[in-house]
Amino acid sequence: MALDVAWAVRWVRLTAGLVTEHRAYLTELDRQIGDNDHGENLYRGYTAVVARLDALEGPPAQVGDVLKLVATTLMSTVGGAAGPLYGTAYLRAAKVTGLDELDAGAVVAMLEAGLEGIVARGKAVPGEKTMVDAWSPAVAAAQAACVEGVDPVVVLEAAATAAEEGAVATDPMVATKGRASYLGERSAGHRDPGAASSALLVRAAHTAAVDGA
Amino acid sequence: MTALVLVSHSRAAAEGTAEIARQMAPDVVLLPAGGIDGGVGTSFELVLAAVEEATAGGSGAVVLTDLGSAVLTTESVLEMLDEAVAARVRVPDAPFVEGAVAAAVEAQSGADVEAVARAAVRAGGSFAGSAGAHATPPAPGEEVASAGAGDVGPALRERVVLGNRLGLHARPAALLARTVADRDARVTVNGVDAASVLELMGLGAVGGSELELVVTGRDAQDTLTTVRAMIQDGFGET
Repeated sequence: MALDVAWAVRWVRLTAGLVTEHRAYLTELDRQIGDNDHGENLYRGYTAVVARLDALEGPPAQVGDVLKLVATTLMSTVGGAAGPLYGTAYLRAAKVTGLDELDAGAVVAMLEAGLEGIVARGKAVPGEKTMVDAWSPAVAAAQAACVEGVDPVVVLEAAATAAEEGAVATDPMVATKGRASYLGERSAGHRDPGAASSALLVRAAHTAAVDGA
Repeated sequence: MTALVLVSHSRAAAEGTAEIARQMAPDVVLLPAGGIDGGVGTSFELVLAAVEEATAGGSGAVVLTDLGSAVLTTESVLEMLDEAVAARVRVPDAPFVEGAVAAAVEAQSGADVEAVARAAVRAGGSFAGSAGAHATPPAPGEEVASAGAGDVGPALRERVVLGNRLGLHARPAALLARTVADRDARVTVNGVDAASVLELMGLGAVGGSELELVVTGRDAQDTLTTVRAMIQDGFGET
């Protein structure tokens, strides 16, 4: 299945569906170690994204146009830090995906750009119990999977699995960035909500590629 | 003229800070961008609109921010803007209210974005550190090191009694700082830089107290005459 504009639209809609499905879970994670609004914030943001996709006259021209629409919408509708963080991730990703279709190398570049965007805004490094702990292994896995002639869907699969494992790996971590850091040691034993939603987002990219086949 | 954008989690805080700064810098464009949807938070759209307005027509803009995600939102806005526009914007790491006041006074004097942003950053230490550190007036005959090596001519010194009851509060401090900033002269008041409104305010000088002026530079004599008159006259206040 080609990773084209239609895939990108499916990916975004699928992410919106997953966020809706898991909003109570994400908010509960955030209640434990944050400010109790991550699920609701993302739900509000992706609902607005879907509304804007529905309102389009025709499909966007390139993959990057879809991601830019998501970026601007999330930035203006998601309160808290998640808006700027995800907004910048999508925006940076959009800048490297001005393409009709992504090959394996472009998938890696897109994920790398997304991670760079989150790091640029959040200034977090791996191990601080943040989104970066899902994105960083996802990028590493995508890079490792990107060998000559590989199917880009295989690269997405590797990234999605690594992001999920990365999110699980935040459970024992002690937060040193973001709102959860105020809890110090007490933040251990809870999954980071941003890492959890990041894993949903990357998994949706893979599912959209498989389901569209 | 460099414009200011004030990004706060609270609409009231942004507007109130603009109100304070405006008193000292009546001609500077001050755009509050506080709150989100009537509540507490920072709005990408509000900040974007304010930064676009502030930079319209080629102006530079300095954005002051309060808590963490105000910075995130502002950085996201800059990321969305044209690079040429974003290049005219500075986001100094400065205290919100003090930084806004210092930046506004600097902008009023016609300074560019770099200088306005620097003024905001310096405001962070003004109350806590530098004002207190220089608060002791130099002894007679002592060299005034802070007057600067590049200044022309000998230092003129004079002690002047502050004429208004409230002394060097915000409005007179701003007035004095603006007057000094416009001239080819360097003035210290009780050892602090008279071009810095925050350092002047940090002196806490009240009506009837004596201020030691030290003036150097090409325009020293005329500046001393003007500044002396302003102080004795109590800046037009009673």
